Parts: sequence; structure tokens; C-alpha cells
Amino acid sequence: MKPLPQKIILALWAAAMLAAIAVIAQTRFIADLSAFMPKTPSVRQQMLVDQLRDGAIARLVLVGIEGGSAEERARLSRQLTGKLARDPQFASVQDGDAATSERDQRYYFDNRYLLSPAVTPARFGAAGMHQAIQDMIDELSGDAGLAIKPLLPRDPTGETLRIIDQFGGDTPPRTDNGVWVSRDGQRAVLMAQLAESGLNTDAQARALDSIRAAFSALPNRSAGTRLVMSGTSVLSVASRDTIQGEVARLATVGTVLVVCLLLLIYRSPMLLLLGLVPVVSGALAGIAAVSLAFGHVHGLTLGFGTTLIGEAVDYSIYLFMQRSDGAHPSGFWRTIRLGVLTSIVGFAALLSSSFPGLSQLGLYSISGLVAAALVTRYVLPGLIPAGARLRNLTRFGALLQRVFDGLARFYWLIAAAGVLATALVVVNRDTLWNHSLTALSPITKAQSQLDLQLRGDLGGNDTRYVASFTAPDQESALVASERVDAVLSRLARAQTIGGFHAPSQLLPSLAMQAARRSALPDERAARQNLQTAVAGLPLSADKLEGFLADLRAARAQAPLTRAALAGTASGMLLDSMLIKRPDGYLVLMPLRPSGEGAHGDQIDLDRVRAALGAARLGQVTVIDLLEETTGIFDSYTHEALILSGFGCLAILLLLAIACGPRRAGVVAFPLVCAVLCDVALLHLAGITLTILHLVGLLLVVAIGSNYALFFVSDDVGDTRKMETSLVIANLATVMSFGLLGTSSVPVLSYIGSTVAIGAFLALLFAAMLARVRPHAHPV
Amino acid sequence: MYAHRVAKPLAGLLFLLAVTAAHAASFGMPDLMQMLSQQPSGKATFVEKKTLAVLKEPLESSGELSFTAPDRLEKRTLKPKPEAIVLVGDRLTLERSDGRKMTVSLSDRPEAAAFVESIRATLSGDRGALERYYAIALDGTAGNWQLTLTPLQARMQKIISQIRISGARAQVKTISFLQADGDRSDMTITSTAAR
Repeated sequence: MKPLPQKIILALWAAAMLAAIAVIAQTRFIADLSAFMPKTPSVRQQMLVDQLRDGAIARLVLVGIEGGSAEERARLSRQLTGKLARDPQFASVQDGDAATSERDQRYYFDNRYLLSPAVTPARFGAAGMHQAIQDMIDELSGDAGLAIKPLLPRDPTGETLRIIDQFGGDTPPRTDNGVWVSRDGQRAVLMAQLAESGLNTDAQARALDSIRAAFSALPNRSAGTRLVMSGTSVLSVASRDTIQGEVARLATVGTVLVVCLLLLIYRSPMLLLLGLVPVVSGALAGIAAVSLAFGHVHGLTLGFGTTLIGEAVDYSIYLFMQRSDGAHPSGFWRTIRLGVLTSIVGFAALLSSSFPGLSQLGLYSISGLVAAALVTRYVLPGLIPAGARLRNLTRFGALLQRVFDGLARFYWLIAAAGVLATALVVVNRDTLWNHSLTALSPITKAQSQLDLQLRGDLGGNDTRYVASFTAPDQESALVASERVDAVLSRLARAQTIGGFHAPSQLLPSLAMQAARRSALPDERAARQNLQTAVAGLPLSADKLEGFLADLRAARAQAPLTRAALAGTASGMLLDSMLIKRPDGYLVLMPLRPSGEGAHGDQIDLDRVRAALGAARLGQVTVIDLLEETTGIFDSYTHEALILSGFGCLAILLLLAIACGPRRAGVVAFPLVCAVLCDVALLHLAGITLTILHLVGLLLVVAIGSNYALFFVSDDVGDTRKMETSLVIANLATVMSFGLLGTSSVPVLSYIGSTVAIGAFLALLFAAMLARVRPHAHPV
Repeated sequence: MYAHRVAKPLAGLLFLLAVTAAHAASFGMPDLMQMLSQQPSGKATFVEKKTLAVLKEPLESSGELSFTAPDRLEKRTLKPKPEAIVLVGDRLTLERSDGRKMTVSLSDRPEAAAFVESIRATLSGDRGALERYYAIALDGTAGNWQLTLTPLQARMQKIISQIRISGARAQVKTISFLQADGDRSDMTITSTAAR
């Protein structure tokens, strides 16, 4: 193939870079937990994803007002609620004010004949009415008598109580000065439900800023008062901000460090700039490729990008340093090509991961490395000015040689360390891994503490157990909800579950409403039945005219719709359970454990599933979010383990094909020892391994194999030059990954520390072993 | 004891009256609270009569009361419908006839707290707890005292206008809740075991 003219190559490169920049400009960067969810989820996992994206917890912002006096907090809470209620970014804002709870009570009382699950034709016959009124009078004589007394004249059959019974066991937040307050009364609390789904972190961030702005603009606010917020949205925005801040910091510091290192070595701003060309090209290509393939780029991928600085810069270091008299040794490009190939093979394993975060990483690294290598091979040589001379590094090289020669005498240490590390890993294999998803979360302890507190304040919005299904339209969703309700009510009576919420409890299906309406007797029959019913009861029918009037009104009442719940807390609850999506409705029904017995905080989900199955409601998925999240994470770890294993195997295979099995073994030995020692060192430092450490180890193999390849290659030219370039490349890598290791974002620090240690060991071991092999180059 | 005193001559009776009068004048909250607080626990039966304007005749319920110092109070209604309230410390548990339970924290429910403390704080002789929620007036003698509690909280006043408790020495005999709308409930307590 005739090589393309340099001008065309440059033009192609520039065009590609411009295209990448154009793509990046359009890219959406996300940093929420959804990136940790599987690409092709199971039914239950899909529910978990739905819950995290559309569920009540994803859209709920818990707001607390602290400091000042109780009166001031209450006033600020009311004012803030008033302001936010007018903001279209919020579907609903609740502060527990009396007006809202009155609206709720009014909704249930006014519509009791359409809402009460007890309404049947028999209940409004003479005998049924007698029994219902007798029950109500019995209730009246009991401890709650004082509270239900006002209901009697208009609701003598106690329908309001039957509605409330369905919600039994809920603990509403504490109220003080007319608004919700924390358990200790030191904080006013309110809830805001975001209009946007949990997926849109940008919209969430804007909404949260609106809350902050609204709070700081409240009139007559004393300086001591402050706003605290929590909820999934707050946490994901905070984690995104942390990640973004970290990415910016790491990129800046990483660049500065590498620039300093290169300046120190090259002593030429021109060579420095040239050296950065493949780095920048690789990063741009990587981000653009991920954006095109996934539709968005996760912040973690971007953070990881800073490490590409350390890797991509290697190629230009090799290029500049192993050049002699403007040309390269014959095996140079072959070795580079093999190095790039092994890296690609390693990352290709990640590409097929079902964990979107990992597959993004894989794609990013592959495209970034390929771009960096191509630019180094085809663009860079044409850009090097003919007169560019590298500083003479012979003395540094000679020093290095002496150090390596000295170390080589301890080559047996490598094997010993490898054996020791293997033993350590095998003995501690059960405690090596961390199984918690929170291990990866960049959320600080203080933040999650606040989240727990606010959730407790607001009545423990604990949504660990959820029953979920989808339906094509609202009516069929509500009809299904009624069928599920029937099953769950039985389970609640049997104490299998403590209680539950169903959207149909708040808004019955039209069919159910019609059935209840037609169960109500006409006026004449009602009057007659009531006369018969009160015989023998200490209540005369003439005190119950209001009841008859309400029955009459209910028979003529228009069906209830979502609009009837406007401005109520129940409306907010309904929205969290009955979620409209482009393709229909998602229903999420929270289940509460019974709280009785030894495992009172847990639900035996198998029994719930069996009961639902027996009622032919198999389409309803019941999950334990905690178990599911842990399960997903375990499966990622498992998968990452397999993929990394395959990745390493593929690299070895590639090496075997390219250089023969014997030489492949020679390349692999220091790598394997480096990986094992890396794991052992991390374990000894008290770090439990996560999937990110695993990715780090794969990177150690991918990067380390490049070093080893140079050492075993027979035709790389001047060994001293080669070794110097490898040490400098390694320094750049260890520096940029070590920097990553200092990050406050666990994901980044895990990869960083793993690779920094592993890459250093890989080079050290490879250099030492290169000296003890019979075919080693003469020194 | 009384028989012995009635058998005394006139001088003795006059003396007794004088002593009683002097006692009545000096019988105050500290004495009552002191007496009540020295009774660690007790069991009793109760009959509660609710007089409601909306009903033709009063509603009667009955059951058992038990108190264990310092803070456990149980009211178990047996008729007409079994149910129970169990108060331990800050936690109030309602047990319904169908076996369902509901537990609330008193600190979350100021009104409920005021309500139950009228009984519990009286039984345990906890003046501080009573005065947190009520203005207190005490009449009578150690052998026949009447305690009148008037709610301090405006929200409580809308429900209850007054609580009247009467007793003899450490025995609480009646508790009456006068509701703001004129309805009332009267509980008569008969001790079955030493408090």
C-alpha cells in the first residue's frame, strides 16, 4: 500500500478531531446510579431500575430547615412550600400543613361511598346497615370514641373508618406549629416531588438549585437558619458534582504532572506539545465513541479518561526516545502494535459486560488507545521537525542499567513474592471481595446520615419491598391494583405482611366506583332500611338525615379522577405509585413488614409470590430492593471476574500467537507475579476488592504486557534507550494512576491505586527477569 | 377504724372534726402526689359510661386497668368489644379486636400525650407531667380528694374542657372527661389488687 501523503493524513486527523469535538459538544454527561444498572435486566432488575428512575424515592426531595426558633422554622417551611408549589419543576410539595391534611380528610370523607372497600349492596340493606351502625357504636364506646364521634351523624356505617383501616400502621410525621417537624422537633421538614424522572440529573440539579434559591430569598429569615436536603436526587446530583469536580481536578493535576515530567526529560516545549497530541486525540476519540454508542457518557468514564494521559503518552515517549537518527529499529512498530493489540483484547472483555459502566470504560479505552497509537504512528512522525533533538539521556540510562543489574540478583524474590501472594490470596479468598454497592458510591457518610434522619423524620419512607406491574392504561392499572389489593389484604390479616399501599385505595377504577355507586340504595329504600336498621340501637333515624342526604349525593356523584386529589398528600402518594410512562402505566406498591416476631423487619416474599400466583397475578413482580441491588452487584463482580479472566487469557493467547508460546510465557510470568503481589498488597492494606479493582488488574496486564514485550523483543535496537523510555513511560503511568488513587471518588481511587502499584511492579519484574534469561541482551 | 371513732364521745368528735379541718386545709398537691407515688403498681376493673348527645342512652364499656410504676399503663376493654391500649414510656400501642396493632410515639402526638398523661401522671404521682399539660386544682381531703385538670393547649381545649379525678388516699376512684361539646365520659374504677 502506498503511504498517504502527509497532508492528507493531517487533514483526515484534523477532520476526525473536529468531528469528535462536535459529538462531545452534544454529549449528555450523567453520574447517577442508573449507570450501575444492567443493560439487559431481568424482570426484577428492570423493576429495580424503574424504581430508581420513576419510583417515589427517585423523585422525592426531603428538605429540612434547621436553626432559629420553632416558630420561625414553621413560618419558613410554609413560605418555602408556598413558593415551590407554584414552581412547575415540582409535581407536589408538602409540609404537613393543616390545610393539606384537611383536604385529604375531606377527600376521603366526601367520597367515602366510592372509596370504601366495605361498600356492597348487602351493607346497605336493613340487616347490613344495622350491623354496620352497631359496629360503629361499639367503636364509639372504645378508646377511639372521641375521635370518631364527629363522623357518626353523616357516616353511621363507618365507611370513613374502613378507608382509613387500609392505611393502618403508617406512622405520619410529627407536627408542630402546623408543619411537619423532625422527631426531636429541632428541624422543620417538608417533601417535594420532582416533576422530572429520576434519570434527568440536569433537571434535578436545576430543581434543587431552585429550592436553595427560594430558601435564601425568603423574607425575614434569620442568619442562623439553614436548609438541608436529601433524597436520591440530591445524592445523585451531589455525586455527580463530586465526580465532575474530581474529574476536573484530576485532569488538570494529571496534565501538569505529565507535562512537568516530559519537560524535565525532553527539555523541549516542541516535543512536549507533540507528545501531548496523541493523548488529546485519544481522549477526544474515546469520549466521542462512548457518546455515539451509549447516547451519554458517565462521569466515571470521563474520570477514568485522565489515566489515558498516562497510557497514551507512553507511545510518544517510546517514539521520541527509541528513535535514532530519525528512524526506528525494525521491530519497534511491531512491538507497539502488539502492545496496542493486547490492550485492546483486554478491554474488549469489558466491552461485553452487562454493567454499562464497565462497557463504557472498555469502549473508551479501546477507541482512545487506537486513536493515540494511530496518531503516534502516522501523524506524529510527520510533525517532528527535522532538527528536533532529544536531550542526551545516556547517563540516566546507564544509571538505570546499574540499578536494574543490581536488582536482577534478587530475581528469585519475584518468584517468592509470587508464591507468598498466591498463598495469601487463596487463604483469604472469602474476605477479598466487597459485596456492597455503596462501596462504589461517592456519597459521604454525613450525607447518608442526613438522608437516614430525614427519612425517619418523614415517617420512614422505607421502600425496601415493592410489588410492581405494568398496564397499558390507567383503568386497567387500577383494576389490576384492586385484584392485587385483595390478595395483599389477606396477607396483611395473616400478618405475612404488615401493610401496603395500592393506588386503587386512593383512586378506585371506574368499574369499581360504578359497582359501589350501584350498591347504594335509592332514597326511599335507604330511608326504609335505616328505619328498620336502627330498631334496638340507641340512635334514632331522625339524627341521621345527613347520612341519607350524603347517600343521595353519592348516587348522583360523577366518577372520581386524578383531579379530585389535587393539592392533597394522597395525590402525591398516588403519583408515586401510579406512574405514567410513554408506553403505559407502571404501578409500584410498597409493602411493609409486619414488625412482629424474630424477623419482623423482613417479608417472606416467597409466600407473597405464591399468594399472587394462586390468584393468577403472576405478572406482578415482588422484590426486595436491598437483595436485588446486592444481587446485581454480586453478578457484576462475578461477571467482571470471568471477563477479566477471559481478557487476561486472550492477552496471553495473542502473545503466544505473536511471539510463540515460550516467549509468551516469559512475557506473562512477571505480569502474573505483579498482579498477584498487587492483590496481596491491597489486601494487606485492609482494602476489600471491588469490581473496579478487578478492572484495575486487567489494566495492569494490558499496560504491563507492553513493557514485557519490549524486554523480550530481539530487535528493539538500543537496549539502554529502550529501557530508559520504558522507565519514563512507567513513571508517567504510575504518576497519573497514583493521582487517581488519591481521588475521593471510590471508583477512581480503586482503579488508580491498583494500576499504580501493579504497573510499577510489572516494569520492575520484567526488567529484572530480562537480565536472568539466557537470551537476554548483552549489557 | 371509723367505728372506733364514731363511738367516741362528743368532745372526741369535735376534736376529730377540728383535726380533719386542719388536715383539709393542709392537704395539697405535694401530699397527694407523695401518696400516689408511693404505690408502685395496681390492678383494677373499670366501668366507663359515655354520654353523647347524638345517642339516646349512654354507652357503657368495661374492662381492666393495670398500672406498673413508673410508666406502664394498660387499659384492656372487654365489653362490648375487646380492645386495649398499652402505654409504655413514650410508646402507645392500640390493639384492635381483629388483632391489628398500631403503635405511636407520644412525642409525635401532643394531644394523645396530654390525654394519657392525665391518667398515668396522676397514678404515678408525677406532678411535673401533669403541669406540663394542665392547670391543676385540688379539693377535699386525703380521704376524699378531687383533682380538676384544665387543658393548657388550645388544641386540647377544643376537645376536652376539663378532666375530673377523684379518689381516696392513693386510690383513684373516678375519672371524668368533660368534652368541649358537652358530651362526657365517666369512668368508675374499682381496685382489685393492692396498688
